[in-house]
Amino acid sequence: MLTITDLHASCDGKEILRGIDLQINAGEVHAIMGPNGSGKSTLANVLAGRDRYQVTRGTVKYRDVDLLQMPPEERARAGVFLAFQYPVEIPGVSNIYLLKAALNAVRKSRGERELDAMDFLALVKERMQLVEMKEELLYRSVNEGFSGGEKKRNEILQMAVLAPYLAILDETDSGLDIDALQVVAAGVNALRSPDRAFLLITHYQRLLDYVVPDVVHVLIGGRIVKSGDRALALELERTGYADLTPALTPATMLDER
Amino acid sequence: METSSRDIETLVRREYEAGFVTDVESDAVPAGLSEDVIRLISEKKREPDFMLEWRLRAYRQWLTMRAPRWAHVHFAPIDFQSIVYYSAPKSRDDGPKSLADVDPKLLETYDKLGIPLRERELLAGVAIDAVFDSVSVATTFKDKLAALGIVFCPFSEAVQKHPDLVRKYLGSVVPYADNFYATLNSAVFSDGSFVYVPKGVRCPMELSTYFRINASKTGQFERTLIIADEGAYVSYLEGCTAPMRDENQLHAAVVELIALKDAQIKYSTVQNWYPGDEQGRGGIYNFVTKRGACRGENAKISWTQVETGSAITWKYPSVILEGDNSVGEFYSVAVTNNMQQADTGTKMLHIGRNTRSTIISKGISSGRGQNTYRGQVKVLKSAENARNYTQCDSLLIGDRCGAHTFPYVEVRNPTASVEHEATTSKISEDQLFYLQSRGLAAEDAVSVVVNGFCKTVFKELPMEFAVEAQKLLGVSLEGAVG
Repeated sequence: MLTITDLHASCDGKEILRGIDLQINAGEVHAIMGPNGSGKSTLANVLAGRDRYQVTRGTVKYRDVDLLQMPPEERARAGVFLAFQYPVEIPGVSNIYLLKAALNAVRKSRGERELDAMDFLALVKERMQLVEMKEELLYRSVNEGFSGGEKKRNEILQMAVLAPYLAILDETDSGLDIDALQVVAAGVNALRSPDRAFLLITHYQRLLDYVVPDVVHVLIGGRIVKSGDRALALELERTGYADLTPALTPATMLDER
Repeated sequence: METSSRDIETLVRREYEAGFVTDVESDAVPAGLSEDVIRLISEKKREPDFMLEWRLRAYRQWLTMRAPRWAHVHFAPIDFQSIVYYSAPKSRDDGPKSLADVDPKLLETYDKLGIPLRERELLAGVAIDAVFDSVSVATTFKDKLAALGIVFCPFSEAVQKHPDLVRKYLGSVVPYADNFYATLNSAVFSDGSFVYVPKGVRCPMELSTYFRINASKTGQFERTLIIADEGAYVSYLEGCTAPMRDENQLHAAVVELIALKDAQIKYSTVQNWYPGDEQGRGGIYNFVTKRGACRGENAKISWTQVETGSAITWKYPSVILEGDNSVGEFYSVAVTNNMQQADTGTKMLHIGRNTRSTIISKGISSGRGQNTYRGQVKVLKSAENARNYTQCDSLLIGDRCGAHTFPYVEVRNPTASVEHEATTSKISEDQLFYLQSRGLAAEDAVSVVVNGFCKTVFKELPMEFAVEAQKLLGVSLEGAVG
């Protein structure tokens, strides 16, 4: 599904990703963990096509196409979804309007019929049950005045409606209380399927109690320094990232500050 | 950041597709203004004496006046002696013979806006077959209105057929000595619309200048007078989202609205005149005086405007709230792009008791556009319990444009309540990236944010106009749920 080879990326001339290699197959759930500033969110944004980041080296192959050549909207239409760490407010634009516009943009690009209002509403209501979201939020402006938990549920709702092949969740668990976390996790689990892959970016092990990953990677200083199974996440929780940090060269440590 | 804001600007920079057509008029009086020219205009229009007297009084007043300088707009002085103040209505033979003769770029624009074929012909100035005319929708509507006693005709026709109404109300809201441009208009006005809705009649359809086909080409000094008698209701639509052919650079129109007791007038404008090229050359100067008077208890006047065209807009649709419990509303979206300048807003003058006014202004600036909101809320001593709510929001696209807000508030009655809220925001890179990452094309993402920003104003527009206005800003929300 996704093959990342020797990916380097920088922002404002500062190199953040320093050679990422990652292979994700359909049906797998990968978790990326790492301390603040290790490049987790940068990786998510580079995959979604944010132009603030410049890719300086390496390739990203997604379902046999060169992902890096595509503008963000084409990536979305091709089935890449990023759940934002900080979902953005769009005043005056109703949540349901955005959902419909997004879904129809995706369907259109795949040569599928655009859904009419009735079919669309039926679909949204069904998917809303996954995230236990209040219907009233559909008619409010996108993320405006939503609580932190509502914003994150809204991201999962968008994901459920758009049904991507590759879903990247950028710290979706951060700032959630345990109830909201369980709702979000249940939504993700419900969407797990053999033809869909997940990349969960998280700071804490907590989310992985509910969404059990196939592979866990540790990202430090812009590189994946260790990969393993679920046990690695639990180990990290005990020992922290400190043990892995010596892998950094003195030069990169300076940069990290 | 800088590169991306440039990208945003590229996206919103819509070229004006209509081009700008200059044709030489025949049967025109020589350029310049004098009493003789005014007498000639009045004579050619076969006006009654009172009309000529009024024009001359205005002209003499105008000679003593100076062009206003207080607006936040910049342009070279206008040479009023180089303007041609009268030209006979164009002969139909002068225009293009069919749509095949019309600039394909103009047709392309009509296509994008989804304008029906017949309207395209009208807009492009195609000479229309007289037989076709006689069975037109317009004629049918006119009969229907006449049955209800509603008068809807060219201003010059009203001067002939309803001189008493014209005499009674003309200049009663905007006096001939009101301001430099209104006074000029009073002296030389060409034509415009006249509407009278009798007592207790609810006008069953939106009145639109488009249906007034026999009075098209009203020229640069348009004069409109709308009277809603006691308990009457009328909704009037002015302008069109489609780019109009026009040869005149200076437009100085006057619109007067009179709502008597329990009457309601809703006046909606979509203005998309030529804004000039990217350097601002050749665009229309739109210096308009629009004012309404709520003359009786419970009268209501609403102005809704979407201003996207013209090089310079200078316009303050206002309401004089004389009657007790009367209501004034102003909803505005003004867009300035490239070198466009807009200084627009409203005046709400509270005189009667329990009068209420609402002002919602949305200014959008991009390119090097300068957008100014200028509004006055004045509560006189007599206006017991007057209420005003003002909200001015500015949206900036790119970093070379400007937004300015000048609210003037004057309250002479301690029971009044006046609220003012103002915000300035930028379309953020975050918003655009968020929408793109959900599958929306970059230009659609801009449109979605802009339309969201304008939502509270668009919902005040009559349905078909609202749809056109949204298209005009680049996106159709047709079929949107919620």
